Amino acid sequence: MSVGQAIPTIVGEPPDGDLQQRFLYEMLLIRRFEEKCAEMYTRGKIRGFLHLYTGEEACAVGAINALRADDKIVTHYRDHGHALARGVEANRIMAELFARVGGTNQGRGGSMHIFDVDRNFLGGYAIVAGHMPIAAGLGLAANLSGEDWAALCIFGDGGVGEGEFHEALNLAAIWKLPVVWFCENNGYGMGVPFDDSLANDVYKIAASYQMPSVRIDGMDVLEVYSATQLALAHVREGNGPYFIEALTYRYRGHSMADPELYRTKAEVEEYRKRDAIQRLKRSMTADGLMDEASYEALVAQVDAEVDEAVAYADASPEPGLHTLYDHITKEYEGDSG
Amino acid sequence: MTEMRMRDAIREAMREEMLRDERVFLMGEDIGAYGGSYACTRGLLDEFGPERVRDTPISESGIVGAGVGAALAGFIPMVEIMTINFSLVALDQIVNNASKLHYMSGGQVNVPLVLRMASGGGSQLGATHSHSLEGMFAHFPGLTVVCPAFPGDAKGLLKRSFREPNPVVFIEHTALYGARGEVPDDPDHLVEFGRAATVRSGKDVTLVGYSGSVHQCYRAADMLAAEHGLTADVIDLRTIRPLDMSSVIRSVRRTNRAVVVEDDWKFGGFAGEIAAQIMERAFDWLDAPVARVAGKDVPMPYNRNLEYAALPSEEDVVEAVLAML
Ligand SMILES: Cc1ncc(C[n+]2csc(CCOP(=O)(O)OP(=O)(O)O)c2C)c(N)n1
Ligand SMILES: [Mg+2]
Repeated sequence: MSVGQAIPTIVGEPPDGDLQQRFLYEMLLIRRFEEKCAEMYTRGKIRGFLHLYTGEEACAVGAINALRADDKIVTHYRDHGHALARGVEANRIMAELFARVGGTNQGRGGSMHIFDVDRNFLGGYAIVAGHMPIAAGLGLAANLSGEDWAALCIFGDGGVGEGEFHEALNLAAIWKLPVVWFCENNGYGMGVPFDDSLANDVYKIAASYQMPSVRIDGMDVLEVYSATQLALAHVREGNGPYFIEALTYRYRGHSMADPELYRTKAEVEEYRKRDAIQRLKRSMTADGLMDEASYEALVAQVDAEVDEAVAYADASPEPGLHTLYDHITKEYEGDSG
Repeated sequence: MTEMRMRDAIREAMREEMLRDERVFLMGEDIGAYGGSYACTRGLLDEFGPERVRDTPISESGIVGAGVGAALAGFIPMVEIMTINFSLVALDQIVNNASKLHYMSGGQVNVPLVLRMASGGGSQLGATHSHSLEGMFAHFPGLTVVCPAFPGDAKGLLKRSFREPNPVVFIEHTALYGARGEVPDDPDHLVEFGRAATVRSGKDVTLVGYSGSVHQCYRAADMLAAEHGLTADVIDLRTIRPLDMSSVIRSVRRTNRAVVVEDDWKFGGFAGEIAAQIMERAFDWLDAPVARVAGKDVPMPYNRNLEYAALPSEEDVVEAVLAML
């Protein structure tokens, strides 16, 4: 781990056995959910662009578990894992991917645009870095309201080259906004390695906006969790934004359409050896929190949940054609104040 | 009623809405101490303080996006974009986020955001600073596009914009900021969207405009009456999305002729939309093809004579009417 201005160390209580159990469960759920999505895509049940998150589970689970319920999240299009980690039901996410009325967005959003307002999950955004100014606006709202909730903004390394990244970081810095910027650096923006697209390391670019900026191991859920806790404590105290660059890796192609001509199988295998799920399983086993039998039981539980999600999605009807024009604008209800 | 200039009516609307609803706040480049590039926010910083009248860096995409974010979190932000020309670098936020989030989320979130911007040429500012892009914004489902021509309407429409649960693009013509007119004092005076105003009545032709072009239509109607003994209906659309076509159609069915006037480029412009809808709904009533009087299809030249030639004028409108008789 290399560092920018601040060194993340474990803050507060280290995650206890129950919390670690939950991390393992959520990472497994994301892993198996995504693998099922790939299968459903090849069977034609899921259409459009499908970006899978396998390999990166520790980022979503570590970062999002550090949040409070009233904190708000915006993220990029590789968003199923984030939604699952936030507690959005697998059923409703799968139904959205199947484009059904039982989906989170009633089939209007699709894989890249999952919303669940009840969980303060304010969207997956498919224009690279396009949601970053929105995160600044959420932070501004938190400050204007005088409340101490924060915004978590998740994005990829590809976003760093966009102007909106820089505008948003600058706004957050000058206005001291409670935003945790969380960059999932998975090494590539589609097929381009990030060091071919950026003039400097991500966390160093961010540090130049005068905020604490750290680079962490994004394949270690415990490190992600504690780094995000530290970041949240910092932003909640009115100190302004905080930047985390989490080094991670995606096991599958950029999307289901990716022939993966830009990397070798050996490289993927190398990263699989650092797999976040296996790593946590190992450390929990060493600490006496897990054994093979209970792990198998967890896998079975997760698989049942994923199968149930597919069944739910399949049973959910398609939106009626008469709903085509629904929700273009919200109804004006007169001057209710 | 009080007589005031357009810019004062706009300021009064913002002021009243800020007093009425504490969720309303303003941000933009130089809207604070400077008072706004067109002086629309002058005095508001002193009255409401820097939290609610927020100067921003020159980051159009950033501040419009921040407006979207604050709107998602329950505020009613007004973002002033210095001029419509600079909205082009914020289009991602306006088009991809503000206009679509309600639909895309299946109705879960909405974006009560007011974007004010100054539009129009005629000041020899050259090609990058003389755009009229009202029609471009009207193209996007999910946006409301307001284009007032008179101070009274500007106030009522802007106040109405602050109460709208969806994004509103409120476009002010730079040539009209100093124009005077009667403005209702009632703080509850709102002008509803999608209702055109017939600002002058006649029987020989229907002249349709919005924002600055309403005044060209009005002057052309004067000339037609004085010099040619013809009378014109002049319709001020006031909002171009939603669009009150019924008022236009009713008029055209009576006058049997229509000229649509706008500053924007003719090719692919909003006037073409109105002409097409007239054709669809009043074809049998037309005695002549619908005419469009619009900006010439060139980047705006700096030279005064060339710029004048590139913009539509009341003489062009008169000429178009005479050509269809
Ligand atoms: C503004 C914009 N440009 C290009 C694209 C096409 N595109 C989609 S994802 C992507 C790569 C983004 O990489 P990164 O931000 O690192 O995220 P990752 O896919 O690696 O998670 C590109 C170029 C886009 N969606 N938006
Ligand atoms: Mg990437």
